[in-house]
Amino acid sequence: MEPILQIKDLHVSFQVKGGEVKAVRGMNFEVGKGETVAIVGESGSGKSVTAQTIMRLIPSPPSLIKQGEILFQGQDLLKKNNKQMEAIRGKDIGMIFQDPMTSLNPTIKVGKQITEVLIKHQKLSAGEAKNRAIEMLKMVGIKNAEARFNQYPHEFSGGMRQRVMIAIALACRPSLLIADEPTTALDVTIQAQIMDVMKEMQQRLGTSIILITHDLGVVAGMCDRVIVMYAGEVVETGTKWEIFKNPQHPYTKGLLRSMPRLDQKKGEPLIPIIGTPPDLIKPPLGCPFAARCDQAMKICERIDPGATVFSDTHMARCWDLHPMAKEGQSS
Amino acid sequence: MSKNLIEVEGLKKYFNVGGGNVLKAVNDISFSIAEGETLGLVGESGCGKSTAGRTILRLYEPTGGSVRFNGTDINQLSPRKMKAMRRDMQMIFQDPYASLNPRFTVTDIIGEALDIHGMAGSRAERKKRVEELLDMVGLNPDHATRYPHEFSGGQRQRIGIARALAVNPKFIICDEPISALDVSIQAQVVNLLKDLQDRLGLTYLFIAHDLSMVKHISDRVAVMYLGRIVELAESEELYANPLHPYTKTLLSAIPIPDPEVEENKKRILLEDNGNGPIHSAKDGSAGGGLFDLDNSELVEVSKGHWVSMPNKG
Amino acid sequence: MEANQSSGISTPADLKPDDFRKIGTDEKQAEIIQRESISSWRDAWQRLCTNKMAITALIVLLFIVIAAIVGPYIAKWVFNYNYYTNDLLNTNQRPSAEHWFGTDDLGRDMFVRTWMGARISLIVGLAAAMIDLFIGVIYGGVMGYFGGRVDSIMNKFSEILYAIPYLLVTILLLVVMEPSLPTIIIALTITGWINMSWIVRGEIMQLKNREFVLASRSMGAGSGRLLFRHLLPNAVGPIIVTVTLSVPNAIFAEAFLSFLGLGVQAPVASLGSMINDALTGWLYYPWRMLFPAIVISLTMLAFNIFGDGLRDALDPKLKK
Repeated sequence: MEPILQIKDLHVSFQVKGGEVKAVRGMNFEVGKGETVAIVGESGSGKSVTAQTIMRLIPSPPSLIKQGEILFQGQDLLKKNNKQMEAIRGKDIGMIFQDPMTSLNPTIKVGKQITEVLIKHQKLSAGEAKNRAIEMLKMVGIKNAEARFNQYPHEFSGGMRQRVMIAIALACRPSLLIADEPTTALDVTIQAQIMDVMKEMQQRLGTSIILITHDLGVVAGMCDRVIVMYAGEVVETGTKWEIFKNPQHPYTKGLLRSMPRLDQKKGEPLIPIIGTPPDLIKPPLGCPFAARCDQAMKICERIDPGATVFSDTHMARCWDLHPMAKEGQSS
Repeated sequence: MSKNLIEVEGLKKYFNVGGGNVLKAVNDISFSIAEGETLGLVGESGCGKSTAGRTILRLYEPTGGSVRFNGTDINQLSPRKMKAMRRDMQMIFQDPYASLNPRFTVTDIIGEALDIHGMAGSRAERKKRVEELLDMVGLNPDHATRYPHEFSGGQRQRIGIARALAVNPKFIICDEPISALDVSIQAQVVNLLKDLQDRLGLTYLFIAHDLSMVKHISDRVAVMYLGRIVELAESEELYANPLHPYTKTLLSAIPIPDPEVEENKKRILLEDNGNGPIHSAKDGSAGGGLFDLDNSELVEVSKGHWVSMPNKG
Repeated sequence: MEANQSSGISTPADLKPDDFRKIGTDEKQAEIIQRESISSWRDAWQRLCTNKMAITALIVLLFIVIAAIVGPYIAKWVFNYNYYTNDLLNTNQRPSAEHWFGTDDLGRDMFVRTWMGARISLIVGLAAAMIDLFIGVIYGGVMGYFGGRVDSIMNKFSEILYAIPYLLVTILLLVVMEPSLPTIIIALTITGWINMSWIVRGEIMQLKNREFVLASRSMGAGSGRLLFRHLLPNAVGPIIVTVTLSVPNAIFAEAFLSFLGLGVQAPVASLGSMINDALTGWLYYPWRMLFPAIVISLTMLAFNIFGDGLRDALDPKLKK
């Protein structure tokens, strides 16, 4: 598959009082055409920072892009200036945010918020833009699109607003959509609807999607590939089948074990991951998960493990996967 | 089963939302919780589950109905007796960031209840009790002099739990205690709650929107929709055999972390007809949402399994 | 050390089987907090210290306050002047080694009088701000905490009071009562506290629905504890900022009243009355207006900049 986005060795830090929080510490991944890639991880794992860095939305300072490349359709986004980025945002890369209540401008009619993007990027006339906007509203499942076009955001429910956000993000048919926790603020029944809309839109428009989420259930329902992040690093990547059916990294395994499942028998205890993630103002020298890992070995605290590759798509970074790990335990 | 510790009967809490409209946040709910039991209360945002919890604790004065704790109607108690009663009933809050006073140290947060009820004799005794409580919830007692903003979400929620435990309560309302936490931390807190229940014989009302977690922790589950209970059953029974259409929708919407299950799943979708829980004075609209809840009542269809059914005739 | 991402695991040469021995995880170890403990006050102070403008303003303020306290004594010890010592042989003199700020039309030393005036202005400003604080916090606290009918009646009252032009009230009051320092302070505070009460009311209303207040209520805390232990301490940031910004307002109002001749009466001088006195001959004796004007401008500017700096330092929204 031809990659549309390649992230190479990305490091992002934040300047805070008393030092530098190293939020992203060497990200590498690719997104193929028409593919849905999930980035999962807990808060502070660097998943949202990665997304916002791709869009170049974090102000600098306090953020500092220390090193790395973000190749979008072969061009390094980190070398673009503000003006060039503005031309890309909304046109080639769309983004939807977590909170549909605050991501729409409350003083502008919903329809106008869609046409604005179209007029700016695609130089459509007002009439063409309006037709296109109504078509988009219909596509994301908003009934009475013509009447809704002239309403203000406060007349929409949370789920409906998120649909509008999707319509805005996809109005210019971008080749990449970044969805940063798009369903976290919504109720489960609404979440299910939004996921369906996103899947349907992808099938129609062939957009690649980066889905940032902490909800493994959403991942299982929507994505092709999964990137598991922990403390600013990628600890495991694989197709959703590989990640859910054959997880290799202790963190991935721990996450899956710690979630209760509806189809689980009662009384089966949850196995939590002990402790809390490391403070990235002083990241650990070795594997960031070592302090919480029940498999931790002496070397884990000293050296950050490299990648062990299982298939073209499946990779994990853990010393326990090293051939010498078995010897060490038997001796 | 042992005797009922909590009996809620016909509890109502209405809010005036202006213009003569009334928001019936909690609209005639009844249930009981046995000693040592965990009752789960699930529903989506705006269904009134948190209001129900707060009204049961009398943080809001109820519009109608009664709450009996060990047989005593707490809404009839004098302020002085109510204050004493608060030792038996505690609450754990949703937002670990908003529920701890940012100007207090951990010692003061946990020790406050001891001060209010005069349970800490000397300063040294107070300090000892706080350290004991911190240890009980798995926190390092050395951190007792720190401020809440220095802790992670999961640690703060443990502080909130320690605060609730300080007065040796019998009954704790857990108001979405894990929904603001990361997945890897949620299980820690849930296990802690279960462990404390076993050790201290606590009774819980566990309010949440995450059905899989509610099922895991609860003995029985009540499903709330627009201020009312639409279904109540033993948790295994509810998940195996949901009867109310709303329960079915809710269950089918939960994403399961298993691609195999997700690919073969059929969703039941509800159309939102815009009928909220607000009862308008103007057109007298019922505000029953999708179902005609105003003309329904809970019927026991099999032992311990209650479902809201439309009245006949 | 960065791990490489090449295929196959990287194997540093010096790996020994012993490196792969299991270690137990120590739960407590994983819970240790690394950052040093910091209270929100120290945090705010540190943030204030990084704000160069605010610190400069603070230093200027301290300088003015000290000068207002010791300035007149210096003149007394060095040259043996009082602020009312007139020397009719040396009227309207330029600044010189003997009279650092020159003299006025009665030959009084301007250096002494400027700092005496600054002293009066600061007393008026601080006293008015303190009274505003006292009344405003209590009134606003009651409005915000009890809400409902109590709030709407008390709020209506303060709105009515606010609607009367304050200059009118002040002038009327000064006409009825003898113009003196206490009268001016009373006149300034008669409507000055309203702003503070509104700020406090807003803060309390917002805070009282926060979960930590509910938590305290669920433990049986009474009104006093809620208001004085939970609500007001958390509203203290905006209160301090409001006080800091109301001091220059009061100083300016006093100067304005003095300028109109309604302020402190001779021989006592405030910065405003000195500027008023200097008005007659300001083309010939500009220093008589210049020094008091510089001091009053600096004071107000410094208070405003410092207040803004405090607002930034105390604003929890900027906190990570």
